[in-house]
Amino acid sequence: MRKLFAVVLCIGLLLSGVASAQETIRIGANLEMTGAVAAYGQMIWEGINLIREIVGDTVLGKKVELVLVDNKSDKVEAANATTRLIDKESVVAIIGPAISGSMLAAGPICEEKQIPIISATATNPLVTQGKKFVFRACFLDPYQAAAAAQFAREDLKAETAAILSDIAQDYCVALGNFFKEEFEKRGGKVIVEQHCKTGDQDFSAQLTTIINANPDLLYVPNYYTEIALICRQARDLGYEGIILSADGADAPELFSVGGDAVEGLYHTAIWDATRGLNDIGQKYIDLYKEKFGKDPNMFGALGADAYLILINAIERAGSTDPAKIREAIEDTENLDVVTGKVTIENGDALKPVVVRKVEGGKFVFVKTVTVE
Amino acid sequence: MSWVTFFQQLMNGISVGSLYALLAIGYTLVYGILGLINFAHSDVFMLGTYFAFFMMVIFLLPWWLSVLIGVALCAVVGMSIERVAYRPLRNAPRISALITAVGVSFFIENFGLVTVGARPKGFPRPDLMKNVYVLLGARIQGVTFWVPVISILILFVLFSIVYRTKIGIAMRAVSKDMETTRLMGVDVDRIILYTFALGSALAGIGGVLWACKYPQINPLMGIFPGWKAFTAAVVGGVGNVVGAMLGGFIIGLAEILIVAFFPGLTGYRDAFVFTILIVFLLVRPGGLMGEAVREKV
Repeated sequence: MRKLFAVVLCIGLLLSGVASAQETIRIGANLEMTGAVAAYGQMIWEGINLIREIVGDTVLGKKVELVLVDNKSDKVEAANATTRLIDKESVVAIIGPAISGSMLAAGPICEEKQIPIISATATNPLVTQGKKFVFRACFLDPYQAAAAAQFAREDLKAETAAILSDIAQDYCVALGNFFKEEFEKRGGKVIVEQHCKTGDQDFSAQLTTIINANPDLLYVPNYYTEIALICRQARDLGYEGIILSADGADAPELFSVGGDAVEGLYHTAIWDATRGLNDIGQKYIDLYKEKFGKDPNMFGALGADAYLILINAIERAGSTDPAKIREAIEDTENLDVVTGKVTIENGDALKPVVVRKVEGGKFVFVKTVTVE
Repeated sequence: MSWVTFFQQLMNGISVGSLYALLAIGYTLVYGILGLINFAHSDVFMLGTYFAFFMMVIFLLPWWLSVLIGVALCAVVGMSIERVAYRPLRNAPRISALITAVGVSFFIENFGLVTVGARPKGFPRPDLMKNVYVLLGARIQGVTFWVPVISILILFVLFSIVYRTKIGIAMRAVSKDMETTRLMGVDVDRIILYTFALGSALAGIGGVLWACKYPQINPLMGIFPGWKAFTAAVVGGVGNVVGAMLGGFIIGLAEILIVAFFPGLTGYRDAFVFTILIVFLLVRPGGLMGEAVREKV
């Protein structure tokens, strides 16, 4: 009797397993739910779930089942989680880790097992380089710098520019170099390049040299504290030209430290949380505010983007075959996601860069720039 | 480089230098009397800015009153540090006191990180310090003009205390020979307490003026200015108040001019300052104005 019961149970389990495999599409989420950057993973998870409330959780007439595995903000755990998602949970695609280090650990496994993986926010260029199954939903520093250079030339009509970048930060150095390249390609001229170091408080020597060269525009692709102090001292030293910075400017400290000196500062940003660029973006912002009572964050928005890109690709592929999904992701073009229209090229996302300006102690939307 | 630009760079250098000078005086004062480099000096400097900041932002007191209270609180903190950390080690080897000083410094920094957080705050500045004046084509901030004035004023006050008052006589006596001074019936511990109060008040004033020039305060803001001021004190001759001022100006100018003339060396700005420190310690440990001293820490 007992044996019979066991057999029946086994058959039942098998049947239910087969049944669920037919009814649902399993997508893995390999995220930082605990550990050093738990906030990133949790915000992304929040964004994914929020967007499912808006667009629904079905594709190809089947329910999308999310399988969440915590990678504990750790490279080794991220690799283990990827293997587990593919081998044990049989997912057809994965939303990958938030940070580049973990994404670099997860990528090769997906490449080998031919399962597409998309990260919401990993910005290191190496993440997608030379890989077929690895994608990201955010743009890269070179793209942001190119957008800044285009905006400086076409919209601000700057002929000459100076760059003051932080040599202790890869992010700042990269932005400065790519800005220079693109600005000169567009017929402008970078007349002075000066550097500073994270933690510096005095920039008067660099700024005096810059002001002496009299550029139309000063590009400061640094982090908020340095940007605030640089603006302050530049204005005190009599600089009257335009100052342009990047997404590192986005922190309340910019205003508390910079005060009236940061008025008129332009910066490039990943998105503007106060204003949707499209219908779905606006819906996301409204629902987020309603649910959490505060402005939405970039991580959640990019998490939602990663989910939307995947679902759209599955729909266009018309199948759950990972190789077909991979093709469809790479073919993504002008898809409306939370942060604007996205196109995927060589695994990286190309999407409009938001330009904002400081007015009255807060960021005000100016326009979006798509690099041509 | 045009004449005006050079003059502007010179002014930039003097502006930074005068702040180092002010801070260096505090180091040198305590060293001159106790023979101890008070590494917590740069953290009292930081505390001064926070005290004044909170007086202004939370208690909404006027600027001058906030600064006054901030400086007074610094003096209290200085005395507490001496009472708690240095007095029990008065007769211990000098190295113990030095290590304790470093420990106190770390303690204050991390205490700050835990209580007020690492995110920087904007320091409100009065117009007097904020306004920009144009002199011979160079643009000079109010604070650049006031810092040397205040420093010289402080020098006068210091000299009159040290050479004209009874406490001053006692201070000089302690610096010459602590044991004999004690035998003469002077309360040595009290005199040392006063010295710390004076030095810490100077740190507080320096902190507030620093924040007027660089209106961004955070719990670790004292570290680099502290090291540079310490270098200035060594260059000028530790223990020598006028030397400390001179050293401050030299360090400030050196730092600005290296960036102005050799933009490629910007990243070595701090390294350059500390190279000066090492060279002085090797070649002329007594500093520019100091006498040949027997030992140094």
